[in-house]
Amino acid sequence: MGILGLFFLSSGLYMGWSLGANDAANIFGTAVGTRMIKFRTAAFISALFITLGAVISGAGAAKGLGALGAVDALAGSFVVSAAAATTVLWMTRAGLPVSTTQAIVGAIVGWNLFSGNPTDQAALTRIVGTWIYGPILGAGIAFILFFIVKFILEKLDIHLIRMDKYTRVALVLAGIFGSYSLGANNMANVVGVFVPASPFVDLQILGITVTGIQQLFLMGGLATAVGVATYSKKVMMTIGNNLYKLSPVTAIVVIVSTAMVLFLFASEGLKLWMESMGLPSFPLVPVSQSQAAVGSIIGIGLAKGGKNLNLKLLRNIVLGWIATPTSAAVLSYIALFFMQNVFLQQVHM
Amino acid sequence: MKKTEKTGGIFTSKAKMIQLEMDRYFSFIDQGALLLEEAIKKYLEGKMESFEAKAVEIDSIERKADDLRRQIKHRLYAEMLIPDSRGDVLGLLETLDNVLDVAKHVTTHFSIETPEIPGFLKDDFLELTETCVKAVLELTLAVRAFFRELYRVTEHLDKVHFWEHEADVIEERVKRKAFASEEITLFSKKVHMRYFAERISLLADESEAVAERLAVYAIKRAI
Repeated sequence: MGILGLFFLSSGLYMGWSLGANDAANIFGTAVGTRMIKFRTAAFISALFITLGAVISGAGAAKGLGALGAVDALAGSFVVSAAAATTVLWMTRAGLPVSTTQAIVGAIVGWNLFSGNPTDQAALTRIVGTWIYGPILGAGIAFILFFIVKFILEKLDIHLIRMDKYTRVALVLAGIFGSYSLGANNMANVVGVFVPASPFVDLQILGITVTGIQQLFLMGGLATAVGVATYSKKVMMTIGNNLYKLSPVTAIVVIVSTAMVLFLFASEGLKLWMESMGLPSFPLVPVSQSQAAVGSIIGIGLAKGGKNLNLKLLRNIVLGWIATPTSAAVLSYIALFFMQNVFLQQVHM
Repeated sequence: MKKTEKTGGIFTSKAKMIQLEMDRYFSFIDQGALLLEEAIKKYLEGKMESFEAKAVEIDSIERKADDLRRQIKHRLYAEMLIPDSRGDVLGLLETLDNVLDVAKHVTTHFSIETPEIPGFLKDDFLELTETCVKAVLELTLAVRAFFRELYRVTEHLDKVHFWEHEADVIEERVKRKAFASEEITLFSKKVHMRYFAERISLLADESEAVAERLAVYAIKRAI
């Protein structure tokens, strides 16, 4: 892999960094913001488990994304990823709700349009469908979890001080699950577009084969770890103090239900098991973590009687469904044109 | 406690320790209120020596509770416990301390001013004290429930409000009786009765003030 190859991977690294800085912060935001867990502990857990989730279970969602359009030239992957990253950056700067997933999907569709590849309608429907039922599923799971947790807490009558200890343990466990699921599901957004044109070759280390794809996911994981280490603290403190002010126990419910949504759309093992049981299975595609989290928060709001529901959050989700992929698609198309005609790079086969 | 220290880790024993300290603190509040009831009873019976002994006991309990409160505060912060709700817990402990302060002041003032309570007011004064003590005891039940059985807090708080209202009614009765009385001839003595009725009633008022805070903390703690 030459210098150019490394350069082309940089937009993926940025996406990984952004995943670590923003999405990982969603997981431990309340825990760190309320000082229940030290930032260092949170950073270590999220970096480790996001990477593990990505390397072990990341391939499923990446395949789902790949079905939408296999970006088959490295320069093309770079542009697609960079267009998505820029969209995320812009929209975040403008204070608009943004999902990495929706940005990357838009950017891939942009590549399809540019390269003349037909967009697989079934794959697109499958992915866009998950945007709608991701938050709904999050709301449903959080709604049920909330009642279970409430019931258990009322039955056990745990002293506030002891509860504090249990809450910390639960926050760590939920954080581990949340990080693993995030890595498994959302790493596809980071490295998915590089899979068909991956510059990595399989390696033999101590008799174990590390595939090029796994190396790609590991690299994404490392970029995420850098994002966690360098920027997530700031985001965590904001979440803990301002945006979604949750009590630590409610935060656990939100983290677990969000993680479950991400896991359902990422785990190949779970999919096979559900199919073998004759249950409806979920397509393995990347879903938006923040929207699943917002869905979960709404679910808890409903469980509490629906008094404090913030319907603005719902409006923002729907706005994100349209604005993000559209901007990413347009940006991707324009950037591909420049990459091909000005920088004379092959962006598709 | 020793059993826990053996079986649990360092954290377990710390958590257990602070739980025990808090329980002891709430017991001090209960004891203070009950001692006040006893002290007033002795005073009304004219048993001044017993009264003074109770007053000294209240004084000592108030000091012990103060020390314990400081220790709990130190522990909560030094050991980074319940960062999310320790402000509320400390606020609760501090306002609870006001209840003990009132008990102490009542006995101190009885001791210094030795008000002459006429026979026809004795039962009312006793009833007033008993009602106020009921408010305090119900309050500590509510506080204990706050730490363990959150859903029980409201029912105890309702009773605190009930007893506080009862205390108000009795306080007014004492005042009306004192000022309408021909037996108490000096105006200054009538005022003296009013003063002590108000002093004792303050115990229920302070309990209600803590109850108001507790109601908010309970809403905040509910998941």
